Amino acid sequence: MTLAARHRMNWMALGMTGLCALVTVSILFFLLGYIAVHGISAVNWDFFTKLPKPVGETGGGMANAIVGTGKLLLLASVIGVPVGFFGGVYLAEIGHGKLAFAVRYATDVLNGVPSIVIGIFAYVLVVLPMKSFSALAGGVALGIMMIPIAVRSTEEFLKLVPASVREASYALGVSQWKTLFFVVVPAAMRGLLTGILLDLARVAGETAPLLFTALNNRVWDHGWKEPIASLPVMIFTYAISPYDDWHRQAWAAALVLMGLVLAVNAGARLFLPHRRAVV
Amino acid sequence: MARSNSPDRGDRLFRWACLGFSLLILGLVAGLAGELAWNSRLAFRAFGLRFLGTQVWDPVAEQFGALPFIYGTLATSAIALVLAVPLGLGTAIFLAELAPPKLSETIGFLVELLAAIPSVIYGLIGVFVLVPLMRNLHLVPYGVGILTAGVVLAVMIVPFITTVSREVLLTVPRSQREAALALGATHWETVWRAILPYARSGLAGSVFLALARALGETMAVTMVIGNRPEVASIFQPGYTMAAVLANEFAEATSDLYLHSLVGIGLVLLGLTVLVNGAARIMLYKLARPVEIRG
Repeated sequence: MTLAARHRMNWMALGMTGLCALVTVSILFFLLGYIAVHGISAVNWDFFTKLPKPVGETGGGMANAIVGTGKLLLLASVIGVPVGFFGGVYLAEIGHGKLAFAVRYATDVLNGVPSIVIGIFAYVLVVLPMKSFSALAGGVALGIMMIPIAVRSTEEFLKLVPASVREASYALGVSQWKTLFFVVVPAAMRGLLTGILLDLARVAGETAPLLFTALNNRVWDHGWKEPIASLPVMIFTYAISPYDDWHRQAWAAALVLMGLVLAVNAGARLFLPHRRAVV
Repeated sequence: MARSNSPDRGDRLFRWACLGFSLLILGLVAGLAGELAWNSRLAFRAFGLRFLGTQVWDPVAEQFGALPFIYGTLATSAIALVLAVPLGLGTAIFLAELAPPKLSETIGFLVELLAAIPSVIYGLIGVFVLVPLMRNLHLVPYGVGILTAGVVLAVMIVPFITTVSREVLLTVPRSQREAALALGATHWETVWRAILPYARSGLAGSVFLALARALGETMAVTMVIGNRPEVASIFQPGYTMAAVLANEFAEATSDLYLHSLVGIGLVLLGLTVLVNGAARIMLYKLARPVEIRG
């Protein structure tokens, strides 16, 4: 190949990579723009305050699904955060050798399990024994999904606290658990909270594990033992329905859900002390 | 536990708590596999390994074969890889090699946002934008089908390939690059002959990671694949393992039906764990470990 040909090849190939980047970024802006345009024209006050109307009637909103998503996320964090936090503390502060390797490996495996399979697990674990779809089952499914990232981010952020800080505390005769809770955790607090927020944002959009655990509900749910509505399942149900008004509401729900998820993600990344962290 | 002879009772309690929750995670993973195996036993007892190789899926006649779903999952994922690997790797090369640091950070951040969009929203866009488009282009007669699902999947896995590959490319030592440049290679020749071969294990890892995502992806695929349990051409409607679970699980009436569905879940679990495991082995080989982003 002549030198000129090699240079031509160089510019063409590098230009192609630039084009790839342009296409990837364009896809994002197209998605955001499309949802924004369709969502904004569909979203209104009723969407946040009214219950879904019976099939055939237009109007109504998704108040129950918005509260439902909140309830499910609350239950998920009650289950997922403690397990993830203590698991992460174990990996960062205590565990070493084969057991720590096994725990880390199990966390990786759990992170890779498809969300629909987690749904089956929660179904077998909660729905079958209780003989009913329930908010509890949905919360368990989402809680299990939260564990791997909670473990990873806890471990990561605790390890960012310098060893000298711990040693200073030990040197004063403070015990390990007091050092952790009153010295190390406060120092890592910002990262830990951001990690949990990102984790919540991730499971907030999960639909598959809720389909046959939380199911759906067109009226207000009571307590934890009844089927419960959630924004992602509503989007799914409304999107595949034949009604135009339901499609409109699906766009509204998509806008609300995506706004929430992206705001948390964007906020967290601008806020994080170290950008090369997990999640 | 080398330091467990601490005199403090609080410390002992604290360590037991940490250990307990860690063992809980181990138990959860073991329990997950165990529950799936136990609750699919009727299907494997009734059909044996033919369960994986027959095409009939007839809940009324209680005949269940998983082949159409396995085929659909593999076909959609293959299409997704064909489309997403060049796009994702190209973007990663641009970010790691060409773009100035500020631009690289910004685009990297935008790509991560792409990964954060919930699956069901990809499905929504798929239903109302991509399906009519595929029909109007006369690519896919019904609009919905295996090809359409593959395209949606491709968009969804590009961020994984890009993000992980970019990190992998950034681990390539300077000396590798400078040696090629010193020999008179152009920038592209350096990338093609010195950097990519050096990073190939990690790049393959990023692709496998994305493949594992594609195999298990549920909502977006369910909404655009057409839900027809047949081994058909990629232009026709099909079905995937994850999609049949999403659609039929809540309605499974008989025990055998339920066990057959859980059996499909077990196959899906096995496949994704295998592919994920392979990805991690490839990524662990790197000198500087790359964070695997959820």
